[in-house]
Amino acid sequence: MNRLTECGVLSSALLLVSPGYGAPLSILDPAGPAAKDIVAVWWAMFWGGTLVLLVVTGLWLYAIFRRQRDYDEQGTKRVLRTMVYTGGIGLPTVSIVLLLVFGIPSGHSMLPWPGDDTLRINVHARQWAWEVHYPDEDLHFTDEIHLPAGTPVDIYVTSEDVIHGFWVPRLGGKIDAIPGKTNVIRLQADKPGEYGGQCAEYCGQSHAFMHFKVVAHSETGFKSWLTTQREGQHHE
Amino acid sequence: MSNQQLHHRMAKVWDNLPGWGNLAAVNHTSISKRFMLTGIAFFFVGITLAMLIRTQLAKPGQSLLDADVYAQVFTMHGTIMMFLFAIPVLEGAAMYLVPKMIGTRDLVFPRLSAFGYYCYLFGGLIVLSSLVLGIAPSSGWFMYTPLSGAEYSPGPGSDFWLLGITFVEISAVSAGIELTVSILRTRAPGMSLAKMPIFCWYILAMALMIVFGFPPLILASILLELERAAQMPFFDPAAGGDPLLWQHLFWLFGHPEVYIIFLPAAGIVSTILPVFAGRPLAGYRWLVLSVITTGFISFGLWVHHMFTVGIPQLAQAFFSVASMLVAVPTAIQVFVWMATLWTGRVRFELPMLWICGFLFIFVCGGLTGVMLALVPFDWQVHDTHFVIAHFHYVLIGGMLFPLIGALYYWLPLLSGRKPSMQLGKWAFALVFIGFNGTFLLMHLTGLLGMPRRVFTYQSEQGWDWLNLSSSVGGFVLATGLVMVALDVILHFKFGPKAKPNPWRADTLEWAAGMPPLSYNFASIPTIKTRHPLWDSPGLIQSIPAGAHGLARIEHGRRELYGTEAISGKLKTVFHIPTHSWWPLICAAVLAGLCISLLTRQYLLAVGVTATAAALLFRWSWENGTHKTMAPLTDNESDSDEPPLHSRTADGPGLWGIMVMLMADGALYLSLVFGWLYLWTVSPNGELPDTSSVSRPLMLTSGIFLTLGTLLYRNIEQKLRGGGDSGFSKKLYTVCALTVCHLGLLIWAMVASDLKLTSRAADAVMLVMFAFLIFHSGMSVVASLLQTWRIKQGHISQTLFYEVSVLYPLWLYTLGIFWVSVCSFVLLPAWWEAA
Repeated sequence: MNRLTECGVLSSALLLVSPGYGAPLSILDPAGPAAKDIVAVWWAMFWGGTLVLLVVTGLWLYAIFRRQRDYDEQGTKRVLRTMVYTGGIGLPTVSIVLLLVFGIPSGHSMLPWPGDDTLRINVHARQWAWEVHYPDEDLHFTDEIHLPAGTPVDIYVTSEDVIHGFWVPRLGGKIDAIPGKTNVIRLQADKPGEYGGQCAEYCGQSHAFMHFKVVAHSETGFKSWLTTQREGQHHE
Repeated sequence: MSNQQLHHRMAKVWDNLPGWGNLAAVNHTSISKRFMLTGIAFFFVGITLAMLIRTQLAKPGQSLLDADVYAQVFTMHGTIMMFLFAIPVLEGAAMYLVPKMIGTRDLVFPRLSAFGYYCYLFGGLIVLSSLVLGIAPSSGWFMYTPLSGAEYSPGPGSDFWLLGITFVEISAVSAGIELTVSILRTRAPGMSLAKMPIFCWYILAMALMIVFGFPPLILASILLELERAAQMPFFDPAAGGDPLLWQHLFWLFGHPEVYIIFLPAAGIVSTILPVFAGRPLAGYRWLVLSVITTGFISFGLWVHHMFTVGIPQLAQAFFSVASMLVAVPTAIQVFVWMATLWTGRVRFELPMLWICGFLFIFVCGGLTGVMLALVPFDWQVHDTHFVIAHFHYVLIGGMLFPLIGALYYWLPLLSGRKPSMQLGKWAFALVFIGFNGTFLLMHLTGLLGMPRRVFTYQSEQGWDWLNLSSSVGGFVLATGLVMVALDVILHFKFGPKAKPNPWRADTLEWAAGMPPLSYNFASIPTIKTRHPLWDSPGLIQSIPAGAHGLARIEHGRRELYGTEAISGKLKTVFHIPTHSWWPLICAAVLAGLCISLLTRQYLLAVGVTATAAALLFRWSWENGTHKTMAPLTDNESDSDEPPLHSRTADGPGLWGIMVMLMADGALYLSLVFGWLYLWTVSPNGELPDTSSVSRPLMLTSGIFLTLGTLLYRNIEQKLRGGGDSGFSKKLYTVCALTVCHLGLLIWAMVASDLKLTSRAADAVMLVMFAFLIFHSGMSVVASLLQTWRIKQGHISQTLFYEVSVLYPLWLYTLGIFWVSVCSFVLLPAWWEAA
């Protein structure tokens, strides 16, 4: 998978003179296992799709502009059968099977598998802010999530009012924050750093400004951050 | 009678009234042109809104539009393009072409066509007026609750959407019903389903998909409007509702809708392409198979719009695979087209340019579609500009390009002139380059993290140059589309005169005259092959010469041949109504209803509803042997043509009511779905408490309805079997029994202790009661009118067609009553007992 990622990064660099890397919310610049798996799948799909597009368009233009000859009924049937069986049925079937076999596992690291020892963080969305709560420590923050790097974290997402979309593009996929319902997504940052997050589902006037940030600390850094916060919030 | 006389008399019967009388026109050629022109007008409004969006996003931090106006603009852009442009224009194209292709003179329910058009026009104008007033809907074209609900969208914006669009949908459903029945019952004699032009297969599929696909949205809109206006909490989790119910119902409509738009466009490709390849389609059967498969699969994909709402994994996997599978029938179509080109001798003319543009863009959109069906990838790009790019590739590539190709292809039919490559190829180049310039790199914008529906962004996010290039592309695209419009307008004046059948096509519409006559064909030929104009080119002369069937017009009726649904064997003559003011009047009153609901004048609304009902029943009075339709004459039996349908037991009305009941059934099933969903899936769902609904009352009420329906069945069967002298009295008994049923039903409803504003399940229960009362009431009123028609001589022992038409409605009313009793009243109790 890793080589596939490198291959993808390389190709994107060639193709786009890497404009993506000035973008702090880029999916193409993954910083956690889930986002990495998905971007690898994306590049595989991108090249596969481009190939299919070129071949189909090429064949189409060739069919129109090649030197034409007459086909009897048998000949027509042969051409039709070849095309329908290979292009019409074979091509999509093979692509779908490949896509499912290699694509589905890429989502596994975002699912909250039971039994794993993970940190739990509750995110309560409202118009237009993200209330963050650490239930074990009873700590509260707004628009700011701190987590230890290298450890999977389960984010429990719900909403106060309308539907919002919780999304940290460089770490993994999005999950909707829906009133009356709690959804869970598992995220992990590989390295300490700051990662941008934003609301993905249109939620009213200030949707465009509903950003938040995720700060990943080293393991010891996170512990000392927790201690400081505990003292700060609980002694107020 | 000379040929000139024949045409003169035909024109007298079929032409529209002059001047203002054109408003009473019902003829399919006139009505469909109005659909298309109105749709194109809305299209340019939609383009203008798109240009506002692109201007706002061209640079970071722009302040051309503020957040609120921007929300109105993107909501209206999507709403207009989907509901006021794409669907109506395609319906218009289908209504224009289908009767001509299958060799008939009109659609079977011409007044319904006109009614649909006026509903569309008035509904569209109502929706558009909200934009002019600055109070347009602003929660996105899919109107997710709670954002679109009363609390978070307190203004009238959402009401405009819910009421206006529902009003417009009347036109879609009526077109769906009408096209289905027309295609199945009015094909020229001998045109079996297997000989039908491929376009009609696509339209048949589209029409049936409309019939089943639109009702869930109509129901959802009614529920949301009730929630907004009467605080019935269908979508409020605190009261046992669920905002996701809206999403399910919306996408249950929304995904088939994508194929409702794509299939007619693919039908255009399948029609035009063989003509320019100079050979029949290489795989007609493969295409038919793909069309049917696509229709079915498209109803099993809706959840792929909801992969991020937290659906169980197994369901996600199912919908993911189903979404990918739809690629198979689509790919089959592409390769059948390719095989046709491969084995043909291709002439490359202007319409082919657009077909090639379609292929490239649509395949590209299809590929990103398969990618999006992969759940983990969807979690990343859902709600980003990647998705915007994807669906514009699918919709503009899959619908607009073939549509413009079709416009050029069928222009000679309208104008008698051929379009030319001169300006046409430049317009194509601008549209093609502009389109890709706008949307190709937009995929990357999405991958770099830009979400949908943000009215601005900051420079440091790295999206500047991508947005700027999309905006430039957008203006190139718009310029190209204006150029297409210019080219078409100029061609009416400067285009070279076209010969008859200018593209050497195989289908019958080219024998209807250029421009087509109001009656299309002076005589109706018997069809022996799938390619009538290739195999008998003489038809272009012999049809207008009156050499074939149904060429008599002395009776002054508008007549079509009625044929068997599958074999196309000639069975009866359908007499259809002439011009009428009822469609306009009824649509205008319904527009009044829409406005009174918008302004919350509920007392007025009740009055308007009663007026509308009275007018609609008055309209229905003009049927059968009424003097404006086909009054009885003395020499009924000496015609050499088959009998008139109103003198038999089988006609278009019977088929019409069956298809209408399918739509109605889809709405009812959506309601049952909502009931079960709130009970079993919604977060605060619990076993509904139905103990307050009196079971004895419901059961007694049901027994009365059952007896009434059984008696109606008895009447209908005896009449079919040769006569029943006492059927008039029995009909009164039917009505009396059903009035008892209705009384008890209303009593049961009033006596129930329903907590309408605090329990979602109770609110659904009330809707169910209203639904049953509406249907029972309609059955009674319609049957009472029949007793009156018996007195007037429109119904008798030999003229019992209308009794048969109403029979399916009685069965349906009975069916939904007992299904409701079981699923709404008894099931929860059984569940509790178990």
